[in-house]
Amino acid sequence: GKKNYKADGHPSGGVGVPGGGAVGGGGGGAVKTRKPDNTAFKQQRLPAWQPILTAGTVLPAFFIIGLIFIPIGIGIFVTSNNIREYEIDYTGTEPSSPCNKCLNVSWDSTPPCTCTINFTLEHSFESNVFMYYGLSNFYQNHRRYVKSRDDSQLNGDNSSLLNPSKECEPYRTNEDKPIAPCGAIANSMFNDTLELYRIDNDTRTPITLIKKGIAWWTDKNVKFRNPTGDGNNLTALFQGTTKPVNWPKPVYMLDSEPDNNGFINEDFIVWMRTAALPTFRKLYRLIERKNNLQPTLQAGKYSLDIAYNYPVHSFDGRKRMILSTISWMGGKNPFLGIAYITVGSICFFLGVVLLIIHHKYGNRNTSADIPN
Amino acid sequence: RPVADTEAYVAQKFCDNRIVSSKYTLWNFLPKNLFEQFRRIANFYFLIIFLVQVIVDTPTSPVTSGLPLFFVITVTAIKQGYEDWLRHRADNEVNKSNVFVVENAKQVRKESEKIKVGDIVEVKADETFPCDLIFLASSSIDGTCYVTTASLDGESNFKTHYAVRDTTVLCTDEAIDTLTATIEFAVYTGMETKMALNYQGKSQKRSAVEKSINAFLIVYLCILLGKATVCTTLKYVWQSNPFNDEPWYNEKTKKERETFKVLRMFTDFLSFMVLFNFIIPVSMYVTVEMQKFLGSFFISWDKEMYDEEIQEGALVNTSDLNEELGQVEYVFTDKTGTLTENSMEFIECCIDGHKYKDCISEVDGFSQADGPLKYYGKSREELFLRALCLCHTVQIKEADQLDGPTAHPERKYTYISSSPDEIALVKGAVGFLAVPSLVLPDFLPLHPLLAFDVVKSFYRKLLLFCKGADSSIFPRVQQEEIQPTKVHVDRNAMDGYRTLCVAFKELTQKEYDKIDRQLNEAKMALQDREEKMAKVFDDTEANMHLIGATAVEDRLQEQLAETIEALHAAGMKVWVLTGDKMETAKSTCYACRLFQTSTELLELTARTVGDSDRKEDRLHELLLEYHKKLIQDVPKNRGGLKRSWTLSQEYGLIIDGSTLSLILNPSQDSGSSNYKSIFLQICLKCTAVLCCRMAPLQKAQIVRMVKNTKGSPITLSIGDGANDVSMILEAHVGIGIKGKEGRQASRNSDYAVPKFKHLRKLLLAHGHLYYVRIAHLVQYFFYKNLCFILPQFLYQFFCGFSQQPLYDAAYLTMYNICFTSLPILAYSLLEQHISIDTLTSDPQLYMKVSDNAMLQWRPFLYWTFLGAFEGLVFFFGVYFLFQNSSLEDNGKVFGNWTFGTIVFTVLVFTVTLKLALDTRFWTWMNHFVIWGSLAFYVFFSFFWGGVIWPFLKQQRMYFVFAHMLTSVSTWLAIILLIFISLFPEILLIVLKNIKEKNHQKETQPVPSLVALPGWECAVPEKCGPCLSSSNRP
Repeated sequence: GKKNYKADGHPSGGVGVPGGGAVGGGGGGAVKTRKPDNTAFKQQRLPAWQPILTAGTVLPAFFIIGLIFIPIGIGIFVTSNNIREYEIDYTGTEPSSPCNKCLNVSWDSTPPCTCTINFTLEHSFESNVFMYYGLSNFYQNHRRYVKSRDDSQLNGDNSSLLNPSKECEPYRTNEDKPIAPCGAIANSMFNDTLELYRIDNDTRTPITLIKKGIAWWTDKNVKFRNPTGDGNNLTALFQGTTKPVNWPKPVYMLDSEPDNNGFINEDFIVWMRTAALPTFRKLYRLIERKNNLQPTLQAGKYSLDIAYNYPVHSFDGRKRMILSTISWMGGKNPFLGIAYITVGSICFFLGVVLLIIHHKYGNRNTSADIPN
Repeated sequence: RPVADTEAYVAQKFCDNRIVSSKYTLWNFLPKNLFEQFRRIANFYFLIIFLVQVIVDTPTSPVTSGLPLFFVITVTAIKQGYEDWLRHRADNEVNKSNVFVVENAKQVRKESEKIKVGDIVEVKADETFPCDLIFLASSSIDGTCYVTTASLDGESNFKTHYAVRDTTVLCTDEAIDTLTATIEFAVYTGMETKMALNYQGKSQKRSAVEKSINAFLIVYLCILLGKATVCTTLKYVWQSNPFNDEPWYNEKTKKERETFKVLRMFTDFLSFMVLFNFIIPVSMYVTVEMQKFLGSFFISWDKEMYDEEIQEGALVNTSDLNEELGQVEYVFTDKTGTLTENSMEFIECCIDGHKYKDCISEVDGFSQADGPLKYYGKSREELFLRALCLCHTVQIKEADQLDGPTAHPERKYTYISSSPDEIALVKGAVGFLAVPSLVLPDFLPLHPLLAFDVVKSFYRKLLLFCKGADSSIFPRVQQEEIQPTKVHVDRNAMDGYRTLCVAFKELTQKEYDKIDRQLNEAKMALQDREEKMAKVFDDTEANMHLIGATAVEDRLQEQLAETIEALHAAGMKVWVLTGDKMETAKSTCYACRLFQTSTELLELTARTVGDSDRKEDRLHELLLEYHKKLIQDVPKNRGGLKRSWTLSQEYGLIIDGSTLSLILNPSQDSGSSNYKSIFLQICLKCTAVLCCRMAPLQKAQIVRMVKNTKGSPITLSIGDGANDVSMILEAHVGIGIKGKEGRQASRNSDYAVPKFKHLRKLLLAHGHLYYVRIAHLVQYFFYKNLCFILPQFLYQFFCGFSQQPLYDAAYLTMYNICFTSLPILAYSLLEQHISIDTLTSDPQLYMKVSDNAMLQWRPFLYWTFLGAFEGLVFFFGVYFLFQNSSLEDNGKVFGNWTFGTIVFTVLVFTVTLKLALDTRFWTWMNHFVIWGSLAFYVFFSFFWGGVIWPFLKQQRMYFVFAHMLTSVSTWLAIILLIFISLFPEILLIVLKNIKEKNHQKETQPVPSLVALPGWECAVPEKCGPCLSSSNRP
């Protein structure tokens, strides 16, 4: 805006501590004969910048903002559009679906119900591919659910391990033994197993799915820790606890690798980060690009093998598997690009319209700006 | 000291002489202060919320509302504790002061608080009485003492008290002023003294802003209840589906399952209340208090309101009414000492129609007599001067000389009196007589209206002198004597001088004795003492001889006319309420441009109404006539332009006390209220109203009448004397002038200034700014809490109405007390959207904020919609962003706490930047506080998320903020959402700007808009300057 530095009075800027000096409030009777200090602060004459937003200064800003926002928007939009994403709903509610037979599985069905879904990728996935599982109508953000965990237990605190927080109720103890990890979140951990095969002339080549590097580094290394004690034997360290009710295996048997087992199992950590909305996706596996010659996933036929353990039909939920590449801005999301383009255009358009009005009416007397 | 007898005597319990004006002691401070504070509705509400959080399982921890409440309560308690400490100090000053008590025939020094009922107290000259006393003896031979009661009723003249015969109770705080000591007997002590009993705490004045706040609070309370009800209802609708109520992954606890459904619904409702309770801003009260308290310093710091002469600046007695100064519609002002200097100068006198000025007798055209007549061997001049020297309350005081009584040939005298007129008269008379000292013969004390003295003259004659206003003297003198003097009196009054007439009468010894006896009887009368006294005076003061009249000039205060004009131009109506006579007051009004030559005067005085028995009917006729003229005949101003009189013919009304009482207290009550309302309508139509011959109570009556009219306009009373106290207390804002008539007015006022001219800056600059500041503060507070809590409400629709908070508890707690409180506080202390100089020089700007313009429903709705819009943008912006929650370039996903943190970040930045957009006066403090708050937010978030806090059960914020910032998408989204939120505001500024330009262009071709009748002004504030500038000198 129009910048006038007003610096009359004394530029000392003496900040009187209110309460000292000549105090008028309250006392009433106290007679003071001292002349008020002639400081800029006390006389309300501090030097000040007095910006005046006028059409003349704001409208060019509109243009500039429009000109900045539209390219950004286009950039985001193009980036988002270039992201390859493929999604399969494998809930199996439709009778035609191969997973329909598993629709009403329960937690403890052994052997697990398995189903296979074949699909075709029209376009190849050039860069690293991220495999997500998605759930719908699953209220991970329900208050009772969100708070049903014990972070100090997950942090490896031994006393919390054996005496979990009350917040974990009703998943705190089972048969008088403390549950580790306690709480509803842990208890309902996603336990479908997804395997991806490439079908090349009727031969199924398994695609390597990397299960490490899917959780936040700080979660994996600081926030989540296995209990400490003598030795590294997780079984011994979790002595005296019991597995969550719904789990087929205890927490120390989640993975064969010791740095991905127990509380620091990455699948577990990912699950423990509660989603914001009832429809969400969580990172499941990574598919790394092997070399520069071949795309990570070529266009062609693939099949998804599912060990269907996780019941969602009872609460009308859906399960999805998502394959996606990632750009600098994350996964595919057209919203941001469209929003930037829209706002930029509106800005630009209004800038033009208002500038015309402004010029038509009030161009000659810009010097007579009255402050607001 | 009475010795207790051995006989059975039940000792009556008396309290000690401790004065306690403080509220608290060290012991009861905490409970009593807490009780006082929780009596406030808002605090009580927050306490309830806090208790609900403690008892019921609610989504947010009790800390979130407990901490802000604790903060508010502590700050208020500290403030009140400090104020009480000041009071304790003042009390101690009184209680520990030394008093001499006679005990066992010895003089004992005692602390004032130790005086008991029955003690004999010795009080020396110029001391104040420590308690209510009975006067036993004094060192003067006749057993009299002179006492002033300035601190009781503001009368600073000396009253004579006689020993015991009169059982006069001398009240605490009266100052005794003789050179002698008196011996007194304590009757009432401590809190039982008359003064303590009479002391009523000034009733709390509440500003219009506070009423608006309460109205808005109710709206927000309704929103809160509405939200909670909607959520509770929807929750149970949603839960009617069993898999929503209790899916397998999220089972209820046993306790939850066992509670009754009704109870569960109730706790759910309470939980929602707790979740959304932040919509009613806890910290607003403390911020408003702080703003008022700190802001009032600027008034007392203002060096432009400092008066070199009395070495004092403005005084703020209450900080609650700062903003009310910007809302004044009616100014009621006293004349003497307020509009005028109250430094009287004897100008001239007229004796028997001869005008005397500066000791030179000049005979002017009015004189009819043939030279001075001789009466009783004395010239009339001498009689006249003698009368002036006798009829007064002036006390001579020898100037104290510290270096002891040296042999000074000339003694210095100072005259002290309650009435400056009399000092001027005495000085003048002394000048004429050229005799430096006055011999004061015996004289009887005063009549309230007329000074009444009986002189045993040197010639063994008894003369009764009488001095008073012409209207009271003329009926008492022989009619044929009036004419020559009346000409002078009228002319002097026209010149704005205060006139007094002097008359005398000869009495025989017999008559004197009779009067003396009657007076004594009347004085002793137990019933109707006043009336009986008055009757004696009336009987005595008949058939007197008029000698002459005096004229005393009371100079107008400097810059008076400019100030009055500015107040007028600012849309205020100025009423002068004075005890002076009409002509004098009228000429003052002309002199200070309250009335202008173009002003048409309507008179409702004894002159126009007449003296006959039919005066009431005549009054009614006049009222109806004026009413017709002012209201019925004037074509209704279309569009109801407020304060439209600025453009039409100006009327001025003059009314005197007797006519007013006739209107307000009519003899027959038929149709009385009707005339009262007609009178009021006339009054409100007039630009200026002059009420003369007012009694103090009538002044308050007028103020109350205007205060209670429709629309309850904000009234301001300004005065300097004890007789103005009633109206100062009555008006919304009471202003005292630190004048010559004692401190009574300034002590009872809300603000005190040295001069009337300071009113201009006080109202136009300070008042305007304070109003704008606090109005903005209030609106901003509601706005920022609405857009704070709306996303939380919307989130309920996506989390199964489970009361899941969107933000982390730390953010919920600190939003109002840390992240967003200081910028608005700095704004509300420093903002000058228009510079002080412009505000002072252009009074039209005052009308911009008139009628509580910034806190009407329209601006409130605007702010509410703005808050709602921004809340929607915050929530749905982030909601759409989270359609794909993998926002980092490594594909990792964000959870619900990141969602909330993004919303919160956008929120904090938006509301702070919104304030930055509104700030028109960026001092370094604004910069520091605005950018500092944002920096603090970022810093705090890193810190809060950077450590595993051992005392927290949940580490949900761990590295959430840092992770959020690693995502480019989040950055882009935050910038975009902030921009979208602020966009309407910026757009509005531009549109306003363009509109203003158009108006400028339209209004420019018309250089002056002087009073074209019926001309509609599209932009009132733009039309004005030409009007007022044409009148400027």
